[in-house]
Amino acid sequence: MGSPALTHAKLLNWLLLLLLTLLCLPAAAYLDEPKSSSSLLPHYEPGHEDAVGSLQEKRLQVFTVDYNYVQIPYEVTLWILLASLAKIGFHLYHRLPRLMPESCILIAIGALVGAIIFGTDHKSPPVMNTSIYFLYLLPPIVLEEGYFMPTRPFFENFGSILWWSVLGSLLNSFGIGLSLYGVCQIEAFGLTDLNLLQNLLFGSMISAVDPVAALEVFEEASVNEQLYMMIFGESLLNDGITVVLYNIFIAFTQMHRYEEIESIDILAGFARFFVVGLGGMLFGIVFGFVSALMTRFTHNVSAIEPLLVFMFSYLSYLSAETLYISGILAMTACAVTMKKYVEENVSQNSYTTIKYFMKMLGSVSETLIFVFMGVSTVGKNHEWNWAFICFTLLFCLIWRALSVFALFYISNKFRTYPFTVKDQLIISYSGLRGASSFSLAFLLPVNLFPRKNLFITATLVVIYFTVFIQGITIGPLVRYLDVKKTNKKESINEEIHMRLMDHFKAGIEDVCGHWSHYQLRDKFKKFDNKYLKKILIREHQPKSSLVSLYKKMEIKLAIEMAENAMEISKSSTASLQSCRNRRVHRLSPAEVESMRNVLTHNLYQVRQRAPSYNRHNLPTNTREKQAQEILIRRQHSLRQSCRKGNSLPWGRPASTTGTRYLSLPQGHGQPTWRKARHVTFTALQGGRSRSDTPNVIKAP
Amino acid sequence: MGSAHSVPAEMRALADRTGFTSEQIEHLHRRFRQLSRDQLTIRKENFDSIPDLEFNPIRAKIVHAFFDKRNLRQESSGLADEINFEDFLTIMSYFRPIEMNMDEEQLDRFRKEKLKFLFHMYDSDHDGKITLQEYRNVVEELLSGNPHLEKESARSIADGAMMEAASICVGQMGPDQVYEGITFEDFLKMWQGIDIETKMHVRFLNMETIAHCY
Repeated sequence: MGSPALTHAKLLNWLLLLLLTLLCLPAAAYLDEPKSSSSLLPHYEPGHEDAVGSLQEKRLQVFTVDYNYVQIPYEVTLWILLASLAKIGFHLYHRLPRLMPESCILIAIGALVGAIIFGTDHKSPPVMNTSIYFLYLLPPIVLEEGYFMPTRPFFENFGSILWWSVLGSLLNSFGIGLSLYGVCQIEAFGLTDLNLLQNLLFGSMISAVDPVAALEVFEEASVNEQLYMMIFGESLLNDGITVVLYNIFIAFTQMHRYEEIESIDILAGFARFFVVGLGGMLFGIVFGFVSALMTRFTHNVSAIEPLLVFMFSYLSYLSAETLYISGILAMTACAVTMKKYVEENVSQNSYTTIKYFMKMLGSVSETLIFVFMGVSTVGKNHEWNWAFICFTLLFCLIWRALSVFALFYISNKFRTYPFTVKDQLIISYSGLRGASSFSLAFLLPVNLFPRKNLFITATLVVIYFTVFIQGITIGPLVRYLDVKKTNKKESINEEIHMRLMDHFKAGIEDVCGHWSHYQLRDKFKKFDNKYLKKILIREHQPKSSLVSLYKKMEIKLAIEMAENAMEISKSSTASLQSCRNRRVHRLSPAEVESMRNVLTHNLYQVRQRAPSYNRHNLPTNTREKQAQEILIRRQHSLRQSCRKGNSLPWGRPASTTGTRYLSLPQGHGQPTWRKARHVTFTALQGGRSRSDTPNVIKAP
Repeated sequence: MGSAHSVPAEMRALADRTGFTSEQIEHLHRRFRQLSRDQLTIRKENFDSIPDLEFNPIRAKIVHAFFDKRNLRQESSGLADEINFEDFLTIMSYFRPIEMNMDEEQLDRFRKEKLKFLFHMYDSDHDGKITLQEYRNVVEELLSGNPHLEKESARSIADGAMMEAASICVGQMGPDQVYEGITFEDFLKMWQGIDIETKMHVRFLNMETIAHCY
């Protein structure tokens, strides 16, 4: 840990130095030039004209600088690079991720960049305006969230999640808005010009939760699945709902003056809320199915599979936005629907590409937004009003706690696994605000909101407070409260038991004669297998999750076996002798039976190592060739994919050294990893003995 | 609403023993009468009248579990031919959700009972161990609802699961040690990290007997 980290640190230092010099270059270049670049489009014509014009006065310029031409992309790229370097540094230093969430670093970097820009009196590139944000920056984030959502726990808790996120957002928005309106009425604070609509809008903006930091903490502390899903699901739906509310309120503000709003408009607002929400989901599902259908036919052009996935999701977003339906919900629904079928259809490489590209896009967007947030912090567009800001913060905390406890109290009555007070406390504390609140604040139209700066300042304060203070303290809080942990071990036994349990529960419910959502799920699965999968998946062989899990582990295991083949075969001959001697003495039927048992346990090793030998009539031995083929052909790539990542929803690759369910016989120490090479099985003489050696099952 | 067979004192005794409330007992009694066609006992054939159960892959095991004498807390082993309402309730009580007011000891006992029920489902020959063959049976049945899966896969899965269980339960085994089967203690060990209480429960609250069950 010492020297690689040290060399990494040195490398990092050099890189940072390089980056800073690159940063200084534009600053220097800018300071030299006159401060007249008000338009930020590439000054191709004027710049060069200048150069050409000045040609007549001076000599030919050997070396010219035209920074304005590349300014926007240059700076944007620099920001992204800087944030990425910061992330690298953040993760290199081991203790930091435990202390604070990653968003803190991003915001800090943003503030740094903002300080630099402000200090050099530079005009920052216009990364953020309404269209850019809603059309380019927001979709990747939403897509990433929707695609990597663990579907099964989500749908198991769907009722609670829906109840909590919809009503929670509404309660929070209206609660904060109305309370702030009440505060604004007090003359002493100088806020009386903020009318009800503006306050309600602000309330809806500020209640957009961005719990990425909280989720990081949860993942690290391995909190139980229900808690994780509640927060995750809330963030997923919350974005969409907040934007819907935001748009409704903006429409109100635009269309009517405050006094003219009638009850019919309010009813229309409600109806619009539902239309927008449900319509969005419907849109998304339709697009998801279409794209899944498309991917069925792409086996000859697998290079365009990622393209299909991204473009269809994006299209669903844009089409929904055209009709003023919630594009966020549409995109989320599309991603969720699409994922199941697309994953079956696309090739391994496309699958990896999709995953990584999505993550990359999402992280680029988020970085840009945070950096821009930092840039706005250190700027001139602020208005500080103690009362408004303090009360905003206060109301955010209070209303969140209120809504959590009230709504969960009700929903606990309908759940068989109710959320404890500890859980509820954690949920109410994990209401971190983030990029979405800031973006919505930044994009307020100034003509309708003369005191926009006040809103921006208040939003920034809330964000900084929640991200830094709550983000840093939520880790210790979770550990202190000792929230119920989850057992995330991926094991076949568990999967079998869970499946059995599901069926059994459904059976018992049938016997009792009542309906519940297990039967709903069963029915959906039946429908899915019968119709949907046939249409949407290539070779329509419905595979069960049990089998997929099993195959995944089998492949992992096979790779490990192959790599250690050489080492094992050497030592096998020694034991062969001793075993054979022993075996001569024990030939009672019971022993033979137990031997047979043991041999069937040795199934895997035999498969890989002894293709020809078959001494004890092993019951199933027909898939060796297949296994060999798999191994020889895909050895290298499979090992890579096993090591790096898999489709576990929890986002971190399972360590291959930790999950070994079989042992390698002839107790050696830890096997050493070897480079991949062709292992020819037929020549293995030692392989014969494999089937003789009794089982040595070691714990990992 | 009173059903002719229920007597208040009896009900209270039942309620105490199984932990259901009197409304739940009444509901279940109605259902029992429906299934048994107003007889006092249910036989295996009565379970055929539940249409939805047909599609359940582990249908046989479920029905079996109802008649398993070990589940019915009777001393003998083997299968009963018929069960009465009290036995019916006993089986159902394994699926009760946990209550908030249970203390550690009760919770532990509850958990053990549920796990024992599950164990009996696997261990079909009643010898106290889940052998490889029994495990294979379970997995095959589980995956039998899927017509495209071969028996081979089911078997390999069961084998893999068995090996994994062995590695968890026994740890390091000597060269000629044989892992015979999963005993109940090993089974408990395997389930240590998982909350069975939260997963093995059925909501007995809202029960509307659906008319089309016949």
